[in-house]
Amino acid sequence: MSDAKYFQRGKIHELRTELNSEKKDKQHTKKKTVLKKIVANMTMGNDMSALFPDVINCMQIPVLEIKKMVYLYFINYSRTKPDIAVMAIPTFMKDADDHNPLIRALAIRTMGYINVDKIIDALVDPLRRCLRDKDPYVRKTSAMAVAKLYMHDHELVESEGFVDLLRDMLADQNPTVVANAVAALTEISERSNTITLKLNTTVANKLAAALNECTEWGQTYILEALMSYVPQDMGDAEILAERIAPRLQHANSSVVLTAVKVIMYLMNYMTKEEDITNLCRKLSPPLVTLLSNGHEVQYVALRNILLIIQRRPEVLRNDIKVFFCKYNDPIYVKLAKLEIMFRLASVSNVDQVLSELKEYATEVDVDFVRKSVRSIGRLAVKIESTADRCIAALLELIQTKVNYVVQEAIVVIKDIFRKYPNQYESIIGTLCENLDNLDEPEAKAAMIWIIGQYADRIENSDVLLDDFLFTFLEEPVEVQLSLLTATVKLFIKRPTAGQELIPKVLKWATEDVDNPDLRDRGYIYWRLLSTDPATAKTVVLSDKPRISTESDNMEPALLDELLLHISSLSSIYHKSPQTFIPNSKIRRLTHSTVLNRKYPGQQQQQPNLLDSDIENLASGSLGIEANPYNLDVVNIGENYVGDLLLDL
Amino acid sequence: MISAFFIYNQKGEVLISRLYRQDLKRSVADIFRIQVISNTDIRSPIVTLGSTSFFHVRHENLFIVAVTKCNANAALVFEFCYRLVNIGKAYFGKLDEEAVKNNFVLVYELLDAEFEMHLERTFCNAIKAKEVLDFGYPQNSETDTLKLYITTEGVKSERALKEDSSKITIQATGATSWRRPDIKYRKNEAFIDVIESINLLMSAKGTTLRADVSGQIMMRAYLSGTPECKFGLNDKLLLEKDTSHKGMARKSTAVEIDDCQFHQCVKLGKFDSDRTISFVPPDGEFELMRYRTTENVILPFRVHPVVNEIGKSRVEYRVTVKANFSPKLYANNVLIKIPTPLNTASINVRVASGKAKYVPAENAIVWKIPRFQGQYEVMLSGDAELSAMTVKKAWSRPPISMDFQVLMFTSSGLLVRFLKVFEKSNYTSVKWVRYVTCIKKYDQICGAMRSLLI
Repeated sequence: MSDAKYFQRGKIHELRTELNSEKKDKQHTKKKTVLKKIVANMTMGNDMSALFPDVINCMQIPVLEIKKMVYLYFINYSRTKPDIAVMAIPTFMKDADDHNPLIRALAIRTMGYINVDKIIDALVDPLRRCLRDKDPYVRKTSAMAVAKLYMHDHELVESEGFVDLLRDMLADQNPTVVANAVAALTEISERSNTITLKLNTTVANKLAAALNECTEWGQTYILEALMSYVPQDMGDAEILAERIAPRLQHANSSVVLTAVKVIMYLMNYMTKEEDITNLCRKLSPPLVTLLSNGHEVQYVALRNILLIIQRRPEVLRNDIKVFFCKYNDPIYVKLAKLEIMFRLASVSNVDQVLSELKEYATEVDVDFVRKSVRSIGRLAVKIESTADRCIAALLELIQTKVNYVVQEAIVVIKDIFRKYPNQYESIIGTLCENLDNLDEPEAKAAMIWIIGQYADRIENSDVLLDDFLFTFLEEPVEVQLSLLTATVKLFIKRPTAGQELIPKVLKWATEDVDNPDLRDRGYIYWRLLSTDPATAKTVVLSDKPRISTESDNMEPALLDELLLHISSLSSIYHKSPQTFIPNSKIRRLTHSTVLNRKYPGQQQQQPNLLDSDIENLASGSLGIEANPYNLDVVNIGENYVGDLLLDL
Repeated sequence: MISAFFIYNQKGEVLISRLYRQDLKRSVADIFRIQVISNTDIRSPIVTLGSTSFFHVRHENLFIVAVTKCNANAALVFEFCYRLVNIGKAYFGKLDEEAVKNNFVLVYELLDAEFEMHLERTFCNAIKAKEVLDFGYPQNSETDTLKLYITTEGVKSERALKEDSSKITIQATGATSWRRPDIKYRKNEAFIDVIESINLLMSAKGTTLRADVSGQIMMRAYLSGTPECKFGLNDKLLLEKDTSHKGMARKSTAVEIDDCQFHQCVKLGKFDSDRTISFVPPDGEFELMRYRTTENVILPFRVHPVVNEIGKSRVEYRVTVKANFSPKLYANNVLIKIPTPLNTASINVRVASGKAKYVPAENAIVWKIPRFQGQYEVMLSGDAELSAMTVKKAWSRPPISMDFQVLMFTSSGLLVRFLKVFEKSNYTSVKWVRYVTCIKKYDQICGAMRSLLI
């Protein structure tokens, strides 16, 4: 029996007749077949909503498979037919009270998906009952349903006290229920402006202990929730980190990466360097192992490794070889590896890195080749002892005359000249042989800069510049600016050679161009040259500040934020989540007495969070009393805190 | 966290579409088709358009796609996609368009139970299926059994259904959710397979830059009751700790394991404290652990290729392969792929053993040697005639790849020291161990020959 045949367009009226057929159908096989056809059509995107009343009639059939298909249909179309959807409420109510736990759970799960006011209202009572069901499967399904309900109607969830019920579930005997309750609370706290998940030390440790008995997904949720724990006393962070560390050996990469996130986070609250070093040592091997996963997970791991090694350079310091690209790696893995290779490059391994990069520069993918060439140049700037070899490698690449390779090489050579002035000028001749190939603005600007900077050493610098100037007015601003400065330099260094060009360029820049930057720069040079040529010389030819690869480092505040998002989308894009997800909550390191303030960017603290901490301390609620699982769901801004604290 | 889940075929037709959250409409399915499937130059498995992010994994002729509108845990999403593929493979033999279409109701069921808003228990359903299998159906016709299970469920009496359900729910949420309590076998057996694959990178001069082994320990457990298993390897760290074995560690028979990862049944806390591997195994086949070693890797084969481009019309090949392992052992199904330029017109090869032929579709000479004895050396010589090309483009010289299996040989030297089974009823069990070194995916050796060729 093959179901593929159902994937063909069905006519609504035919399906309706089949569904309502009165023929004897003792085992409901015919109904099943029709429903399969309907679901298949739904999948293909054909509108089946006209059958709504007919499908609802099938809800009563006590066959789990039929129920599942009906519910699937229901979830899909209830939004378009809220009036008819209401007709299903009695069946839902009956199912939510069924003696079979699977059916109870199915009813609660399905109702949770449906955003129809009356159904939401009807859900409240059975949900409250099912949250305390004797069967753990029903309880864990109900916990999720609370989070779903919160999406539809957060006021209802708050006013009905479901959040408190969820919080109580953290004390459940069953680890799966605990994990789902944690996941629901995390989700609610992510979405809510008023509710923030906060865990105290006891709860955090209990949750960490529950990790052992949880499923792999449950472990991920619990680890995620531990990010809402703020260590308060010396040793808190160390103990928790030690409890989590075994997760690094888990086969599921999301458990591993989320554990890495929590450990990286807890390190901020550790005082002894020794503990941090020990933990860092533990992080390296599992991170390497992640690279034996599928390409997609490798990519996630690589992007995160790039963040981790910026904060903790000791991690993976000796493992550079694992980041060498394999021939069959997909391009996104290769590009991500390349960046890590550059970061991990040091005096001791630079030879290997350079020979790898040279090979990559001869591959076929244009992006990859460009980035490899650029990395060779950056390597020269980063590690002085290797500059000679990098220059040699770049020259070799220029000889290949492959257009984009040459251009990329010229861009980086400019940086090398700036970093090591008066060392490599002998290669200028080779560069000048390739002027005709330049068609990208960045490469052009770089070449023009080189000509201007060394106008006195390049014999025909005036001729070369004149060639470039021929198209001055058509060039992008980047190139125009570069041309302007280079011509001024030429004029100052070799007045005779430059005197014909300079008036022409100044006139263009100030009169024929609309760009204000260019015009301003033109005027400045003009006045400088006309009032005091000697000062003009000292200004234009002054020593430039040294460059380094430090500028590649990420802003510490951003890095801090991204490290709190390890394994998430934002850690892959290296962008704060607010930039691509509107209304997402900002995560930052919360202040506590043990917060290690060594890194800039950790200084910010939220005063109102601190206030609530003090309030908690005053009411003595940070300790453990009757309920060991007193999770603080703090409602900042409103007087909700008091209410919550009362029942602790 | 995941808002929608789709499975597409290669043409971009939707085979499965499941929306979990109301923040998306079904029309996002079209966006993915237009932006990713019809785009030939997709350079990332994650695409974000506006605030909507698409994660995709390709498998056979399918796109498996998860869509989210929040800052989702990417590792988790991909793990889920992989898991879905694995479950699919376990259920249907292989997961392709045909399998999905033929079992779409089941796939929906899987997806539904699996992750409501978050991913829930992926194994819940897998266990349900296994239950059926435990009732004595053969392993290789799983699809049939599943269908049996699903269709019979409806006819079961209400009482039976109820008992069955509570069993499922208890199991799905219990501490050992991967195992049913009442499994019985007449003969208690456990099979352990140590499967190693090698990652190799060589310099242009033929010296090994990097060689590491990633190993997998697969276990097939057919054990009654709730057995507590203890598993021991010649792990250097463990042996050094244990004074009675000090001598053994020094004799360098112990292996230094760089890192390992375990199946969820292994008690990680215990491993962390004293490096013992103890667990209650799931029933049937599962991957107990994965490990990596870099020290003292023994390479089973040495390949010496000499490839000369003679002018523009001919490439000359001489490839020598030598087996480095003991002459008592032999490798099975050795397959060597030697890449040829894209404009190859004809190929002429001579081999001393096995069969070699040119496969134009793969742009390679494929050389098959069914049985390859240890210490043996074989050679291939030949040349490729090239046709004239209008556009001159340098040949990228892809690496030579190898595919083989060597039984009873591990590159890392890893050995299983013991497997102890403790169960209340104290039955005796039979244990088997098998070692295999292989290159399962050929891209793993690719890096290796790259430099040699250039």
